[in-house]
Amino acid sequence: MIYYKTAEEIEQIRVSSLLVGSTLAEVAKYIKPGATTLSLDKVAEEFIKDHGAHPAFLGYKVGSKTFKYSLCISVNAAVVHGLPSEYELIEGDIISVDCGVLKDGFYGDSAYTFGVGEISKESQRLMDVTKECLQRAVNISLPGNRVGDISFVVQNHAEKNGYSVVRELVGHGVGKKLHEEPEVPNFGKRGFGPKLLEGLVIAIEPMINMGKRQVRELPDGWTVIAADNKPSAHFEHTIAIRNGKADVLSSFDEIEKVLKSSTVLV
Amino acid sequence: MAKQASIEQDGTILESLSNAMFRVELENGHVLIAHISGKMRMHYIKILPGDRVKVEMSPYDLSKGRISFRYK
Repeated sequence: MIYYKTAEEIEQIRVSSLLVGSTLAEVAKYIKPGATTLSLDKVAEEFIKDHGAHPAFLGYKVGSKTFKYSLCISVNAAVVHGLPSEYELIEGDIISVDCGVLKDGFYGDSAYTFGVGEISKESQRLMDVTKECLQRAVNISLPGNRVGDISFVVQNHAEKNGYSVVRELVGHGVGKKLHEEPEVPNFGKRGFGPKLLEGLVIAIEPMINMGKRQVRELPDGWTVIAADNKPSAHFEHTIAIRNGKADVLSSFDEIEKVLKSSTVLV
Repeated sequence: MAKQASIEQDGTILESLSNAMFRVELENGHVLIAHISGKMRMHYIKILPGDRVKVEMSPYDLSKGRISFRYK
């Protein structure tokens, strides 16, 4: 069942989504070689709690597994759902940080891929193309179009640039629960799938691999990693279909402000 | 956080249970209970034991499925 949200509910989802953006911006200040991914997780957890919200991933149950952290930090070949650990970031790593926030009963979900220090031109290009895939997906999210149109533009843009699209994981509806219907794959045919109607709130998250699309799961039960160990990028926005167009509820503005000014705290 | 995509596999109907539920054996040997999809119900498509069908399953619960297509 796809639940369509009212204008008031969308505004509350916007509050949660913007808080995710602020959290990621705060985390960005601490990303440098030598930092452990666990320390980044603590930064996020405290930031979210200080704002009167709850980290959506902390305690999130999938089947019999429980996610015990506030962030998914996926380094290099890891696609998504990487677990924060004592791993120390190395110059040249690319890390995709995914964050969710539950505030006043509504969820926001967003993700950004950061480079640690100086990164290779290929990694930078992968991140740029993935971000463009997300932007194109947002541009085509108009009422009357279908989920398949979003899937097609993401797949088309990624594959035109020589990258591959992960099949096993998909975007999703969001709002009252972290994962709702419909599924928003990053691959597909135009004109297929549910129609995009007023009040639909979805999280679009292109997951693009530099190499081949095959992925496998690590023994930790969560981390999904590219089978050929080549880097993978991931960006995510929560958007609503409102007033005849796509309303991007989350925002990268604060993150990019931090990255531009490169404020790096100890 | 990304969601796992639902899985589509082909299988054969072993037996028909009540309430439009069927026991299906997938091509990989797995046996599960699946129900007929609403769209097939709407178009009065009948399913009998021995038919080859396409089944959709959630990766979070592999014991339940939805029959979405009957092959000729």
